Amino acid sequence: MTAAAPEPKANMGQPVPRYDAHSKVTGRATYASDMPLANPAYAFLVTSAIAKGRVDGFDLAEARAVRGVIDIVTHENAPKLKESKLFSNGGYAGTTIQPLKSPDIAHDGQIIAVVIAESYEAAREAANRVKVNYTVAAPSATFDSPGTTTAAAKGQNSQFKEDPKVGDFAKAFAAAEIQLTAAYDTPTQHHNPMELFTTSCAWIGDDLVIYEPSQYVHGLKNGVAEQLGIDADKVRVVNPYVGGGFGSRGSMTPRTAIIAGIARRLNRPIKLVATRDQGFTITTYRAETRHEIKLGASRDGKLVALRHEGAEVSSRPDAYCVGGTKTTTRLYACPNVDSLVSIVRADRNTPGFMRSPPEVPYLFALESAMDELAVKLDMDPVELRRINDTTNEPIGGKPYTSRSLMACFDEAAKAFGWSQRSSQPKSMAEGDWLIGYGCAATCYPTQMGPAAARVRLQRDGRTRVEIAGHEIGTGAYTVIAQTAAERLGVPLEKVAVFIGDSDLPPAPVAGGSNSTASTCSAVMMVCDQIRQRLFKAVMPDSLTDKAKETVGISQAPTTQAAKSNRPLDIEKAFDALGVSVVEEYGEWKPEGAPLDSFKAMHSGHVRLVGGHQMQDKIAYAFGAEFVEVRVNRFTHEIRCPRLVGAFAAGRIMNPRTARSQLMGGLIWGMSSALLEATEIDERNARYVNDNLADYLVPVNADVPGVEVILLSEQDDHINPAGAKGLGELANVGTNAAICNALYHATGQRIRKLPVRLENIEV
Amino acid sequence: MRPFLYQRATDPDMAVQALGAAAAANNPLTQATAQPLAGGTTLIDLMKLDVMRPTAIVDINPLAQGWSAIEPDGENLRLGALAKMSDVAVHDEIQRNYPVIANSLKLAASAQLRNMATLGGNVMQRTRCSYFRDVSYENCNKRNPGSGCAAMDGVNRMHAVLGVSDQCIATYPGDFAQALIALDATVEITGRSGSRSMPFAELHKMPGSSPDIETTLQPGELISAFTVSGRWPRSVYLKARDRQSYEFALSSAAIALDVQDGTIREARVALGGVATVPWRAREAEALLKGQRFDDGLAQRAADAAFADARGRRHNSFKIALGKRVVARALQQAVTMEI
Ligand SMILES: Cc1cc2nc3c(=O)[nH]c(=O)nc-3n(C[C@H](O)[C@H](O)[C@H](O)COP(=O)(O)OP(=O)(O)OC[C@H]3O[C@@H](n4cnc5c(N)ncnc54)[C@H](O)[C@@H]3O)c2cc1C
Ligand code: SF4
Repeated sequence: MTAAAPEPKANMGQPVPRYDAHSKVTGRATYASDMPLANPAYAFLVTSAIAKGRVDGFDLAEARAVRGVIDIVTHENAPKLKESKLFSNGGYAGTTIQPLKSPDIAHDGQIIAVVIAESYEAAREAANRVKVNYTVAAPSATFDSPGTTTAAAKGQNSQFKEDPKVGDFAKAFAAAEIQLTAAYDTPTQHHNPMELFTTSCAWIGDDLVIYEPSQYVHGLKNGVAEQLGIDADKVRVVNPYVGGGFGSRGSMTPRTAIIAGIARRLNRPIKLVATRDQGFTITTYRAETRHEIKLGASRDGKLVALRHEGAEVSSRPDAYCVGGTKTTTRLYACPNVDSLVSIVRADRNTPGFMRSPPEVPYLFALESAMDELAVKLDMDPVELRRINDTTNEPIGGKPYTSRSLMACFDEAAKAFGWSQRSSQPKSMAEGDWLIGYGCAATCYPTQMGPAAARVRLQRDGRTRVEIAGHEIGTGAYTVIAQTAAERLGVPLEKVAVFIGDSDLPPAPVAGGSNSTASTCSAVMMVCDQIRQRLFKAVMPDSLTDKAKETVGISQAPTTQAAKSNRPLDIEKAFDALGVSVVEEYGEWKPEGAPLDSFKAMHSGHVRLVGGHQMQDKIAYAFGAEFVEVRVNRFTHEIRCPRLVGAFAAGRIMNPRTARSQLMGGLIWGMSSALLEATEIDERNARYVNDNLADYLVPVNADVPGVEVILLSEQDDHINPAGAKGLGELANVGTNAAICNALYHATGQRIRKLPVRLENIEV
Repeated sequence: MRPFLYQRATDPDMAVQALGAAAAANNPLTQATAQPLAGGTTLIDLMKLDVMRPTAIVDINPLAQGWSAIEPDGENLRLGALAKMSDVAVHDEIQRNYPVIANSLKLAASAQLRNMATLGGNVMQRTRCSYFRDVSYENCNKRNPGSGCAAMDGVNRMHAVLGVSDQCIATYPGDFAQALIALDATVEITGRSGSRSMPFAELHKMPGSSPDIETTLQPGELISAFTVSGRWPRSVYLKARDRQSYEFALSSAAIALDVQDGTIREARVALGGVATVPWRAREAEALLKGQRFDDGLAQRAADAAFADARGRRHNSFKIALGKRVVARALQQAVTMEI
């Protein structure tokens, strides 16, 4: 075993290499825009240079004169499209601002024209030559900009049902021995997946095929059909590989239906590859947030009062918010809790999911405040977490299905060398560098949704698994193949997995870290159906009851009996059945899923359950993160030589892919704390650093040491796979851990992200 | 990107002829319709962004044979304009006798870029001002003379505090040029009427009232080499930046000292990341010269270097940062083992 392929502990699968490693490393993996199209035309977007106002007119003469230009589509001649509701409001769309519908402009970089040409180069050149006359109105950029409006999230966002509260916060806070009030800020961020926001649309008669990086092929299929006013069965979305998603491809963006509409009119496939900077404005993003935390505690560190107030920016028409108070009000034992989330409307595109949408900003605030409280109490911050650890969440009193938070703290602290920390700020240094140690808790809700799968087993053991899951780099192919191989008792090499195609049985959006739990549970169930058919064929009738138990058509985890019965004589079973192929299809839904789950699944609507929304329990994955920061005394440069995280997430399907996800998460978290921010020019509500040279993400030299520790955890109360999602677990705690370490290094508390050298005042 | 004519120049004459023929005399060089192509890491980038729109490209890479010398002859140094950043950075004698040059190159860009990029192209690289690089912003005096300056009251964290004018505050972003400035290098120029040389310090122009004119090169002229007289083993390049690698300077200092018996006989101080051009801090040098080094002196020199600095909304921090960088670089230069 190597660092990349950790030795599996109890309740972990094998760290088998990635199913798609070879094709990715050799460049054979076909991403959406690699798909060959017959005689395509190329599209290039023209986006607005203002954030609010209208297009008075275009001067297209120069653009049209470019050789190879076929058409220039503007609001005056764009295909008519139907509206789609917001994803988080029961629809498919990431924004309800529909470009090319009218001359109106609602945000920076809105699509205002599409140039279609015989080549990409001609389309781009012509787009550069489009001249636009605008009437400019004064936009509101962000918090504190004139013209924004603020209102409570509850009542305007259908997903945000309640501001969690319990007990009497005001009274308890007023009476608390120790009180802390602090405000925190997080910036705008953009996902910037490597693969650009492309789409290729090809019509074959009345049927449309879309090649596009999507985290939800069934959502996109249904959404585009709705916008085009055609039957969803006529639309197919294909993307066997997605070059990163991070939430940016979960909901439909306006580009797809526009390109599909133009392709239909032209009767020719169209390929769009939007540029990196256009990716900043034609999709969603993580909006900036503000927080106020109030903590009341007794002198011995017990929380008696907690209040979290958050504010988030959204667009004018859409009340999007992440509302992370659902997590922060439930993380620690505390009898008196209050919270409030509000939404500030500005002239921006609608924000959306970005890796751990609620937890990243909201836990940054809470976990920073916990560290501040530990300082006030003169207490080890790990011990403060221990004192307030709980088996039941305080709002509804429901038990956590499993919770290894303190075990994670202890393991990570040991690996990190936390005991070497001298508790006084500014007390550790080496050469030019002040050294700080910091830590924070991390957590992410365990979620799953209904999923269908089709599995085919051949007499020679070859197996084909079909499920419209998504390979966004997480290892979906690999864990699905492992699940089928293990469940059917066939060698891994014999399993072929087909995902990323809306013609396959539907699976949920690859978001909310539900994919492994949902798809593997469905695949397990369908494999069991196959096994049951085989068993039934060879077993006397009197034993069919036993067969049922053995192969478990129910959702219970495999019984001992099932395991011992695995070496079923497949040859004999196939002979008895009189066929050489067995194929099964099944639809799985998690416990507590709504009644309309399967129907919704087929119409591209997500029905995730889990987290705090479960009936009589609450399910989260937990972790603890420790970081070492170094601050240069002279330049104030901040570096982060060590990131150590310990995580427990139920069954670890594959320690290799799990580690990779968590390592990426820790690095992302560091990036979020120290580097990433989309700068807004407040005068005109436009993004300024909309490229990867100026929107900083870490390079290798920034992350010399990342250590991931996987804890063994068994949880039989979540899903048949026993897995908690971990794709969004690791990047949550890092923001606070780094600011906590910076306090330790410098004695300065920084409450606004990202932290740059100019924010350090040593 | 717009269509352009691509030509390969097989000798210097052909290059300057091709460039000169296409260049309208009244155009500033950076907007000349003909541009030389070296590594292309600045030029092609800006063409894709539609910021530079040459109609002719003259590929000068075939001149590499004669123009990529790395020649330290023991006393003086000659560097050809087509030498690659990466080759110069790892050259033994450069590392030993001109560490400020080696490190200014090593700490610049990324390995891939350094393998492509040339020294001539490097000193001619253009500002990273976001408003300059994004043609959807109207107001940029450098790109669009007379249109105003979006950065002045916009997002200007990366911008300059020295050498600014009310027309432009764009930072000269490169690293290597500071080393050349500090070492009093000479630049050799080839043009239609033959060759000339001048102090490297005269190559870049401050924005003043015409930020679109960035250098004193004339259309059709090419940089062929840089020369440095003397050896400068006691020299350092210190660069402060947001990332550990692959990032432009927020503030940098190129220092070269001649210290004998504890007394500074000669001091050279150049600043990067903070000024509109590669910046020579002569006031700081004057303070240091003839003095015995201590931390107080370093501090006074640093203060002098930034005496005229003017900060704006997001970049004022560069004044304090720049001073600390200068002071620290001076300490490093004084204490380095040579
Ligand atoms: C992402 C990124 C990060 C970077 N980071 C850094 C950094 O940290 N520090 C740093 O210093 N630089 C950095 N750079 C800039 C990089 O060093 C320059 O792009 C490079 O040195 C330019 O050299 P080139 O040979 O590729 O020039 P080209 O792109 O070929 O040319 C640049 C310009 O100079 C002209 N030119 C080229 N050769 C000559 C000549 N001999 N005579 C006259 N004119 C000529 C060209 O016409 C063009 O206008 C970075 C660049 C990028 C893209
Ligand atoms: S600072 Fe200079 S380059 Fe930047 S916008 Fe202003 S004029 Fe243009």
